[in-house]
Amino acid sequence: MADTLEVTSTLSNAPPASAAGPLSWLKKNLFSTPANSLLTVVTLAVLAWIVPPTLDWLIFKAVWGPQPLAACDAVRGQGACWAVVWEKFRFMMFGVYPFDQQWRPALVIGILVSLLVISGIRWFWRPSLAVIWVVGIVTSYWLMSGGLGLSPVRTEQWGGLPVTLILSIFGIGFAFPLGILLALGRRSSLPVIRSFSVVYIEVIRGVPLITVLFMASVMFALFLPERMRIDQLLRAQVAIILFVAAYLAEAVRGGLQAVPKGQVEAAQALGLSYWTIMRKIVLPQALKISIPPIVNSFISLFKDTSLVVIIAIYDFAYAVKKSVETDFSWKKYFIEAFLFSIVIYWIFCFAMSQYSQWLERDLARNTQR
Amino acid sequence: MLRSERFRNLLYQALLLAAVVGIGWYLFSNTQHNLQTRQIQTGFDYLSREAGFEIAEKQIDYQASDSYGRAFLVGLGNTLLVAAIGVIIATLLGTLVGIARLSSNWLLAKLASIYVEVMRNVPLLLQLFVWYGLFTELLPPVREAISVGDWLFISQRGFRYAWPAEHPAWSGVGWGLLAGIALAFGWKALARRTQLRTGRQWPVAWPSIALIAGLPLLVWALMGAPTDIDRPVLEGFDFLGGKVLSPEFTALIIGLSTYTAAFIAEVVRAGIMAVDRGQTEASMALGLSPGQRLRLVTLPQALRVIIPPMTSQYLNLTKNSSLAVAIGYPELVAVSNTTMNQTGQAIEAIALLMAVYLSISLTISALMNWYNNRVRLIER
Repeated sequence: MADTLEVTSTLSNAPPASAAGPLSWLKKNLFSTPANSLLTVVTLAVLAWIVPPTLDWLIFKAVWGPQPLAACDAVRGQGACWAVVWEKFRFMMFGVYPFDQQWRPALVIGILVSLLVISGIRWFWRPSLAVIWVVGIVTSYWLMSGGLGLSPVRTEQWGGLPVTLILSIFGIGFAFPLGILLALGRRSSLPVIRSFSVVYIEVIRGVPLITVLFMASVMFALFLPERMRIDQLLRAQVAIILFVAAYLAEAVRGGLQAVPKGQVEAAQALGLSYWTIMRKIVLPQALKISIPPIVNSFISLFKDTSLVVIIAIYDFAYAVKKSVETDFSWKKYFIEAFLFSIVIYWIFCFAMSQYSQWLERDLARNTQR
Repeated sequence: MLRSERFRNLLYQALLLAAVVGIGWYLFSNTQHNLQTRQIQTGFDYLSREAGFEIAEKQIDYQASDSYGRAFLVGLGNTLLVAAIGVIIATLLGTLVGIARLSSNWLLAKLASIYVEVMRNVPLLLQLFVWYGLFTELLPPVREAISVGDWLFISQRGFRYAWPAEHPAWSGVGWGLLAGIALAFGWKALARRTQLRTGRQWPVAWPSIALIAGLPLLVWALMGAPTDIDRPVLEGFDFLGGKVLSPEFTALIIGLSTYTAAFIAEVVRAGIMAVDRGQTEASMALGLSPGQRLRLVTLPQALRVIIPPMTSQYLNLTKNSSLAVAIGYPELVAVSNTTMNQTGQAIEAIALLMAVYLSISLTISALMNWYNNRVRLIER
């Protein structure tokens, strides 16, 4: 016993010389074994070969700011032409929306982004959030389409980033109740309701979004009586809602399955009705569990709205594509334009996916005992 | 009566059924009326009519004079080809990136996570546009094609590469390869059974390699050992000879597989991390070699976690191959779209399209479920 004590007492509090500091960090993380060192050297060599010319093109030799076309042509092949973004910015953002009214879609972007941010803050996770959503959606729709003092703008003139946000946020907003119903239906004991939900969910999840969009853009016109004409954007919106509902249903079902059976049994023993049990006991627990997969579905949806390009709806991706395609002199700088749109999409999706990962950890910590 | 649960259950179901039938009938009658007033034909007769459009890339013989049905099959062939190649490349790349993300090498791990975070947070459609744009923009015109020896020519028209000239021996080699793989599997099963019965281990690796490489080689030698190579030659405005990977196809394959690889990397990483560290330590204590440890202990357990999400990634890739229509690769959706525009029979074309995708999805799920059942944990 005494021996051990003596040994520990000779240890100092300072770390061993070889276990701290940048050098030992390098050794531990990059050069721990010969194979590892080789890997590091090869990777560094590849980076040294690729990164400098890429940075040159992207940043140092690129044309920044509102420069004329000639400035871009001068460095063509050596530097990127970001001037195309300045030149086409309004069109990329708002498409063919009337130019003097473009403060309205700009405001809509603000409203919808705030709606997303608010929904991410836990303090707002209460029934009144639904009211905020309704208000946000109605206001955005009013600002976009006009009326009540604003000049009317037809949906054919809507375009750019607001359309992408509308398609995805309205999409998730309307698909959410539908998805919950489908998830409950899939777990219902009533055979007709269950089989209807299962068939709906599996069929929609088995086909690509593009076929559903085609269906909406071509077949809706045949399905409805001739006097009922719904415009292209609304058709795409309906298709997106129907599509996302199936994925949300699966996300919610995961949550429903994770709620212990005893919860339902206890509630039944108290004599509560099915809907009360669902509303007060099961769904609050299930939805909390399924928030991360719901956020992930939203990220996929946000990316997937770009598919409406194929049925020629002016979302952000299509506005960016058209902004360069329709102008012969700037057409050759389409890669820069696409890269700009990629950065915008990336910022949205990356922020949301980081949030989703944080939330998952946070919720897990919450349920730990 | 409303208080009786059985009655209410019946009522709910009857209401849903009535609503579905009612809406269905309403849509159906509208459609009938609309089709009549617009004089659009119905039925699948159009499939046997002459298509009249060319398809640039095909796996089966097809001309413009063939039927719409055959055009659809060409599209299906292209979709399946893209899906198969995409799945293979995405799995390999994704596994590499997933393992790299877990590497103890800091640089490699960081690069892998940058790759994942960039690729999966950008819409696939935009990635396809950029890949396709890079091919048409950065690559030289045909006349100034970049050549790699006489073997490969890279230009805006795609990748032209030399390929063994046609000879009956080559199809024999293909069959030999398949037979070799089948025999190798048979050998493995036999070796396993012998080991279970007698405890003696038969070598598996070397005989398998010998079978898979040797059998095709033997067939090749027996059938005349052809060595002629068909090389691309520039004639006038385009290359003749060799084989070609079109820019559309290449962009699609690169885009699809690099995008899906980012998701697969995460699946693989989660799978490996799900295997308890104690398992590795225990197998070390038993004196297994690193290879045996991976093959016998870590991988079988990781696969159980990996397979279900991997299946949905394969399904996603297959469904995402429909985005090819945006860059002009003639797969199912593109062919159906042309058919729809020419015949006006949108309902039939879309129904057929959905049915085919649904069957592909169900088939892949069924296959993966079968495999999953084989590797799953058998408890008590």
